[in-house]
Amino acid sequence: MPIDILMPALSPTMEEGNLAKWTVKEGDKVGPGDVIAEIETDKATMEVEAVDEGTIGKIVVEEGTENVKVNAVIAVLLEEGESADDIGSEKSSPKEEPSEAKAEKSGDESKSASAPAEPIAVDVASDPDIPEGTKMVSTTVRVALRDAMAEEMRANDDVFVMGEEVAEYQGAYKVTQGLLDEFGARRVVDTPITEHGFAGVGVGAAMTGLRPIVEFMTFNFAMQAIDQIINSAAKTLYMSGGQMGAPMVFRGPNGAAARVAAQHSQCYAAWYSHVPGLKVVMPYTAADAKGLLKAAIRDPNPVIFLENEVLYGQSFDVPDMDDFVLPIGKARIHKSGSDCTVVSFGIGMSYAIKAVDALAEQGIDCELIDLRTIRPMDMPAILESVKKTGRLVTVEEGFPQSSVGDFIANKVQREAFDYLDAPVISICGKDVPMPYAANLEKLALPNVDEVIDAVKAVTYAG
Amino acid sequence: MAARTRKSASKKADEHALLGSIPAPAPAKFSKDEELKAYRDMLLIRRFEEKAGQLYGMGQIGGFCHLYIGQEAVVTGIQMNMEDGDQMITAYRDHGHMLAMGMESRGVMAELTGRIDGYSRGKGGSMHMFSREKNFYGGHGIVGAQVSLGTGLAFANKYRDNGNVSVSFCGDGAANQGQVYESFNMAALWKLPAIYVIENNRYAMGTSTKRHAAQLDFSMRGVSFGIPGIQVDGMDVRAVKSASEYALDHCKKGDGPIILEMMTYRYRGHSMSDPAKYRTKDEVQKMRSEQDPIEQVKQRILGEKMASEDDLKVIDKEIREIVVDAADFAQNSPEPDASELYTDILL
Repeated sequence: MPIDILMPALSPTMEEGNLAKWTVKEGDKVGPGDVIAEIETDKATMEVEAVDEGTIGKIVVEEGTENVKVNAVIAVLLEEGESADDIGSEKSSPKEEPSEAKAEKSGDESKSASAPAEPIAVDVASDPDIPEGTKMVSTTVRVALRDAMAEEMRANDDVFVMGEEVAEYQGAYKVTQGLLDEFGARRVVDTPITEHGFAGVGVGAAMTGLRPIVEFMTFNFAMQAIDQIINSAAKTLYMSGGQMGAPMVFRGPNGAAARVAAQHSQCYAAWYSHVPGLKVVMPYTAADAKGLLKAAIRDPNPVIFLENEVLYGQSFDVPDMDDFVLPIGKARIHKSGSDCTVVSFGIGMSYAIKAVDALAEQGIDCELIDLRTIRPMDMPAILESVKKTGRLVTVEEGFPQSSVGDFIANKVQREAFDYLDAPVISICGKDVPMPYAANLEKLALPNVDEVIDAVKAVTYAG
Repeated sequence: MAARTRKSASKKADEHALLGSIPAPAPAKFSKDEELKAYRDMLLIRRFEEKAGQLYGMGQIGGFCHLYIGQEAVVTGIQMNMEDGDQMITAYRDHGHMLAMGMESRGVMAELTGRIDGYSRGKGGSMHMFSREKNFYGGHGIVGAQVSLGTGLAFANKYRDNGNVSVSFCGDGAANQGQVYESFNMAALWKLPAIYVIENNRYAMGTSTKRHAAQLDFSMRGVSFGIPGIQVDGMDVRAVKSASEYALDHCKKGDGPIILEMMTYRYRGHSMSDPAKYRTKDEVQKMRSEQDPIEQVKQRILGEKMASEDDLKVIDKEIREIVVDAADFAQNSPEPDASELYTDILL
């Protein structure tokens, strides 16, 4: 049967073009790859090659014709043994099919306007019960993180840790102290200073099913690796139709330390929380750090685990249990209360706790929620609390525009508008790069008084 | 290509290893079966790509589509030596690699048309396709990223001590990305079983090697890490096969990474919308008529009477049928259900 040669689409957006020139005439023999015509698109003049072998039986669209629709029949090719008589008369008019296909396509587009509802987050289990009589051990966040890694490495040979100074130096912040001695150089891998490269190596290893813990000396340096984190780790499961993903943890200190200035003092919670395919955890207490890091290592997805240098040395009670694992995606009510909801996470909690304590002395009873996980976010916990208190203040160290707090405020005004008695206030770091001077640095960070003032404002406590 | 394989074969490989480059081994002597397999495998890629180009022209394939026509000998020759468990990873000019790894032409084509029966259920497209079963790790759209990922595959092989090798492909353009050298450094430092195949098709998108590369000999790109490199006639599948045999052996012996620079050429533009005005028609025509990888095999087969014209026509017809079937399948497979929008984001 004669083969229709159609007006080709030559770019992702082309709908029509000009048939500038035929380089063959009726009766010419052509083979795959032979140039047969030149077509002008809005961008360039392109050559059109024959796909099949045969003889040009008929030229349907003359050269010089403008605005030829994509998929219109421009010529007819005869295969061996066929003659021009085989060309059906109905063939010489532009095929209708393409326009139908187009219509179908645009129909699909209008259908896509009503995307299916986002699935409701699955129920996340609550924190495990801590058996009565369990010994609570005062532990620094640093040691809690180390213990979490050591326990998971003992349990699973696929778990390894890699990063700068993690092995022989025992960790730039001593978080990996002792791991080299226990697990050896195969599983505790010192990398060169090469964030982009070793993040990619970690993702590649994870794609085979290993469970890397990639330590960044700080998340500021992970900016060099963010392509691998987002384009490779977060998206591969989706792009592969579920065939392979990156079961791994990217961890390290995040946010401001002390006097290290702009390039070493940024909170990335909002950045990573933007990305589907990632989980983002940012603990405050040592118990949460331990239980959530163990959960992150076991999680089959890429988890961004944001620590804080200032918190590493702080001590909290950690239950002395064989296997203390906490659920990712579940907020923790740090203190219940009835007058105002305060939501924070990570180092932000240190301002929030002091503010909430001071407010209690002044007779304002706040409910303080430690999010612990930024993505997936425990919105039900926030909404339930806001429906009770009617007021919300969020606290974080990150920049104000597109902050985690702003995201929460938006969700709350959509889903609990009628419960709100005051606008939501998000307390953030100031909208400036972190300054070096001690006084300016202090001004750039959020502070306890700002939180107190915000709560007073939304409770109209003057 | 002879002019470009300028290495003196008389010098010992060890001396060259210090310089980062070693002479290309002599092209393998192919048996009749090997010649016919090479012919068939390369022809499948060629015909598949032509059909993909046609479907793109019909609007059945959207977005970006990068065809492998002209470069078939590279992946075909390398795959001929790969063993079970060895992994492959490449960038976005990836259809040929998938077919070479044994992925079904139906599934690949259905992914190109964005349908549910595609390897990624229609969610990846031309540039993002994977097969866990066939050890094909993508299909990556960010130039150079696949080299670090491929180094991670090699890391995993060494970690598991499984004796497998990862083969990472990149173009001459990607060879200028910083993370490629970060990866070279780690692979050499840790002696990872990694083969880096630089497919030098002379153009990084529309910029010729002369205009984008300070060191035109890409087999030398590992010199400062002590990684040996071989410059190979990538249009001759026999030369590719013997070079990759050497490279796989090198890795499996535990000698660390190795670079294979494949001197090759793409006949089509960078992507479907590239008119390729940065080179002359004569240049393309000369490569097609003088060095075409499939034609080379065909002439040997006929010249040495391993098969007749008619025998080859039978193969041609079979391949054409496979490709037509794949195209039909890919156009008739349904689009993914709307519910697929929210699947495969997290496990």
